Amino acid sequence: MGLLNIFKRKKIEGIDNTMYLTLRDERRISKENNKIIKYYERMKARKNVPEEEYLTQMRDPNNVVEFENLHTYFFTDVGTVKSVNGVSFDVPQGKIVGIVGESGCGKSVTSLSLMQLVQAPTGQIVEGSIRYKANDGKCYEITKVPRDKMLKIRGKDISMIFQEPMTSLNPVFRIGEQMDEVVLLHEDGMTPESAKKRSIEMLRLVGIAMPEKIYSKYPHELSGGMRQRVMIAMALSCNPRLIIADEPTTALDVTIQAQILELLREIKEKINGSIMLITHDLGVIAEMADLVVVMYAGRIIEKGTVREIFHSPKHPYTIGLMKSKPSGKTTDDRLFSIKGQVPNPINMPDHCYFYNRCDRAMEVCLGEYPKLIQFSPTHFAACYLYDESRLSGDDLAKE
Amino acid sequence: MEKAKIDNDYILEVKNLKKYYPVSRFSISKNRAYVKAVDDISFKIKRGTTMGLVGESGCGKTTAGRSILRLHDITGGQVVFDGKDLSKISPGKLRRMRPQMQMIFQDPYSSLSPRMPVGEIIGEAVREHRIVPKSQYRSYILKVMRDCGLQPQYFYRYPHEFSGGQRQRISIARAVALNPKFIVCDEPLSALDVSIQAQIINLMKDLQEQYGYTYLFISHDLSVVEYISDTIGVMYLGSMMEMGDKKRIFENPMHPYTKALLSAVPISDPDVKMNRIILSGDIPSPVNPPSGCKFRTRCQSCMEVCARKVPKLKEYEEGHMVACHLYSQD
Amino acid sequence: MTDKERNKAMSYTDNNNTEPELVQNFRVISPGRMVAKRFFKSKLSIAGLIMIIFVFIFSFVGPLIIDATWGYKETQVFKIERNTDMVTVAQFTGPDGRTYDYYDKSQTVIIFKAPPSAEHWLGTDTSGFDIFTRLMYGGRISLVISFIVIFLETLVGIILGGLAGYFGKWVDQLIMRIVDVFACLPYLPILLVLSAAISSIETIPAEHRIYYLMAFITLMGWTGVARIVRGQILMLREQEYMMAATTTGISSIHKIFRHLIPNTMPQLIVSATLGLGGVILYESTLSYLGLGVPFPRAAWGSMIALADPSRGQEILAYYPNMWVPAGILIVVTVLGFSFIGDGLRDAFDPRMKR
Ligand SMILES: Nc1ncnc2c1ncn2[C@@H]1O[C@H](COP(=O)(O)OP(=O)(O)OP(=O)(O)O)[C@@H](O)[C@H]1O
Ligand SMILES: Nc1ncnc2c1ncn2[C@@H]1O[C@H](COP(=O)(O)OP(=O)(O)O)[C@@H](O)[C@H]1O
Ligand code: SF4
Ligand code: SF4
Ligand SMILES: [Mg+2]
Ligand SMILES: [Mg+2]
Repeated sequence: MGLLNIFKRKKIEGIDNTMYLTLRDERRISKENNKIIKYYERMKARKNVPEEEYLTQMRDPNNVVEFENLHTYFFTDVGTVKSVNGVSFDVPQGKIVGIVGESGCGKSVTSLSLMQLVQAPTGQIVEGSIRYKANDGKCYEITKVPRDKMLKIRGKDISMIFQEPMTSLNPVFRIGEQMDEVVLLHEDGMTPESAKKRSIEMLRLVGIAMPEKIYSKYPHELSGGMRQRVMIAMALSCNPRLIIADEPTTALDVTIQAQILELLREIKEKINGSIMLITHDLGVIAEMADLVVVMYAGRIIEKGTVREIFHSPKHPYTIGLMKSKPSGKTTDDRLFSIKGQVPNPINMPDHCYFYNRCDRAMEVCLGEYPKLIQFSPTHFAACYLYDESRLSGDDLAKE
Repeated sequence: MEKAKIDNDYILEVKNLKKYYPVSRFSISKNRAYVKAVDDISFKIKRGTTMGLVGESGCGKTTAGRSILRLHDITGGQVVFDGKDLSKISPGKLRRMRPQMQMIFQDPYSSLSPRMPVGEIIGEAVREHRIVPKSQYRSYILKVMRDCGLQPQYFYRYPHEFSGGQRQRISIARAVALNPKFIVCDEPLSALDVSIQAQIINLMKDLQEQYGYTYLFISHDLSVVEYISDTIGVMYLGSMMEMGDKKRIFENPMHPYTKALLSAVPISDPDVKMNRIILSGDIPSPVNPPSGCKFRTRCQSCMEVCARKVPKLKEYEEGHMVACHLYSQD
Repeated sequence: MTDKERNKAMSYTDNNNTEPELVQNFRVISPGRMVAKRFFKSKLSIAGLIMIIFVFIFSFVGPLIIDATWGYKETQVFKIERNTDMVTVAQFTGPDGRTYDYYDKSQTVIIFKAPPSAEHWLGTDTSGFDIFTRLMYGGRISLVISFIVIFLETLVGIILGGLAGYFGKWVDQLIMRIVDVFACLPYLPILLVLSAAISSIETIPAEHRIYYLMAFITLMGWTGVARIVRGQILMLREQEYMMAATTTGISSIHKIFRHLIPNTMPQLIVSATLGLGGVILYESTLSYLGLGVPFPRAAWGSMIALADPSRGQEILAYYPNMWVPAGILIVVTVLGFSFIGDGLRDAFDPRMKR
């Protein structure tokens, strides 16, 4: 009977390589997960932690944020999803860092880790460090900051703009009320009147024509572009040093997108802050970013300045991405396309994650995961194509 | 070989198509307000070519696509498909004609019934319309699946096991299996990743080459539309603003809205900085659009006449029509 | 379709000897299978399942075993002789003027309320019926009634709710107003009044009372199902796959039966399972009040009614073997159905999907 099969394991090599878990496996996994989760949750819930434990020193004083070997995992019932699997990059002061990658490659989880907003209890930072330099000159080790302290850092120094502006605004409160609340929460010595003044000023700053009128409207009365502006105004109202924009224009039209990007750029100049811009649109990155981080399946496969990434991409995935976007030039021939799809996040291979889709894959690629190779002080890529020490004579001949 | 037979006739002619949605169903007053989702648009599509339909969200692209397929009743106008007027045809006849005109949907998640295996999703209507004899049903479906890049063992699998790109392939296979002449593609790429988008575009192009399909390709991604279309229509608030050959539209955009739209597309090259036209103001509500030219609230070259008179869609070069007072209206 | 087009369609299949092998020897995880897997993952739903399976075996297989081994019937009366010797001592004065002592040693014979023993595991009740056997028969009737009622309710609900949802407009208005009217009637009082009325009509034989009862419960209960079905259909109609079904031009019948109904099933199964427990409670209540299953037939409710304190405290106080088991069975059954219903709901809930 079919029903009984759910208790049995059956896997046919060759035809069906998908892993199916039996009930017993799932029970075992969830038991193990519970143990791990409990441990991390206890760490985060500690009270009265001495400051020394989470204060640290930046590697480079010009950086606002430094990610180092960050691992963020989700302990789900079907297995551990390694959403962020060893990510290291810096966000320098006053620069825009663009993060690109396919959906599900861990862009959002990286930024949520910085805010300690990863969906607990299943999601946990298990390894690595995130160093953040606050306005007051202190450097925090975000992975060790206890929850109560994090509330203060979040929103004041770092603010976040989300993809879907409708769901991040509370539909039952007026725009003004929501904006004032943020100001009152994070700024000391604010009265309701001064908070209102501040909010209206911010609305004007983001280019809303009649801020007083918008101030007393409900979110549903605004268009998508307006809502996104309100979100940005809210994010700006506490003078953040770092804005994380998670796909801020994906839900918007091109003409509105142009407005919002223009606005973000202007504002960055005005407040001299840094922006972490997450998107899957290469065009947006090319326009906005100073530095680019390309992610694939939870890892950084290439990073560098915009020019380096767009003019001399190294990793086959980056090269493929550049080629697969139709542009005026490629009109009549077939588009280049990267074959296949992202591997299952639960059963990641040990070798290069891009192996199954790579058109230049070699035998060495089946070895351990390739290391980042440096091309210039800023340009790195993780691919065996450029690792001379590992290339055997055979592969070189093929080249 | 199919392509060689293509003659110059038009497979689809849309004449003065209108679709209004009443704003509230229980309105007390007699003269109800309407959203003019599609407000008097006309165009023709040549057999075997692709027409791109672009515009901002909410401008009525989807509504236009659905009205053409008679998926809902239309308020006015005519849709002539392959010489038959769809607005006059009886429901039974229409149902039998349906296989000839198919649709590919935007959301690959909600467009596949979750409780049906893939083979059944693709084959259900094939069986019902007896596209192939019973004995060949199975191999026919498998052939279609192979054409669309789906492996045969997916036949028994259910949609929840597939990624967005694969689901979109299933959706395409469902349409293609009915051996259609005309396919409306309603933003088939917008839910997919860039690397998967290219796979789907290639698939659609290959199928068109092989079987001579005619596409109406709805999208807001101008670079994709430029790549795949032969002619392009630009919509704004339910009206056609500019229409013509792809080359002419992209090389010589005439309408201020088209110009803004084209300049807003981000370019994948950090050294090229576009001279961008940033539109100020938001999209007006479709319930009461501005008088005269609908675009005038955001237009930078708005004139006095624009508020008074609705500009007519007129042909200025061969195969290039524009609705704007900047160009002579007589 | 013209010949030319058919040829084009055929061109797909001209080399059909190359059909790939389609052996179904790989795992297919159907949505049903996923639901089953999630269902079995919860300990509570397994507990519920075990409870219900126990009750089912007890009530449907149990009587057969009892019949085969001991031969006890539902309404078999056991007059049990209890060997209590009773000695009567009296004194009387004989004609002779002497006082005689009178001894009488006798045995009490008709004892109905036998205590639990090897022959009668739970003893016998006030009428001399074997309690254990009657528990089985009582379960049988309760389960049968609740399944029939739920089946009817669901059927009526699907048809009316489906009509309302699919056609909309005035059909919807009409049906939903009827639903509203039914939904604001007080369920239990009306049921009591109707049952009392039925039992007072002499032309209706007592055995038939139960059918009227089921009809009443159905009549009162279909509205919930109708609401669920209508809501689901209104939601599903907006799904793109329904529009896709329209574009492929399949007939309305197939659209309803292949696309709409299967997708409303999860909600219905859950509500039906949760409803089963409810019907058992109603049936027990009515039987308790003597308005349900008529006397010589066993019913859990009427078994509990033996302990009705208004008829004296004796049974309530001294014979827990008569009413406690029936109470436990009701609790087990209703809880079991609730656990299964909750488990199913969690298993069907798309939010549980990873
Ligand atoms: N069923 C409906 N009832 C009422 N109004 C509707 C309905 N469907 C669409 N509309 C309105 O009609 C207009 C056009 O909608 P349509 O879905 O065609 O836009 P679109 O161009 O396809 O947008 P998008 O790019 O977001 O898909 C919008 O203003 C929308 O609110
Ligand atoms: N709450 C969650 N529970 C389990 N897995 C999650 C959760 N959030 C994200 N993930 C997984 O983490 C991976 C990365 O997700 P995300 O960072 O959101 O991707 P993106 O790059 O599109 O922003 C994905 O595989 C996703 O399935
Ligand atoms: S390491 Fe090998 S498989 Fe991976 S991207 Fe480089 S060439 Fe391709
Ligand atoms: S008609 Fe007038 S308002 Fe409209 S686009 Fe032309 S110039 Fe602008
Ligand atoms: Mg994301
Ligand atoms: Mg649309």
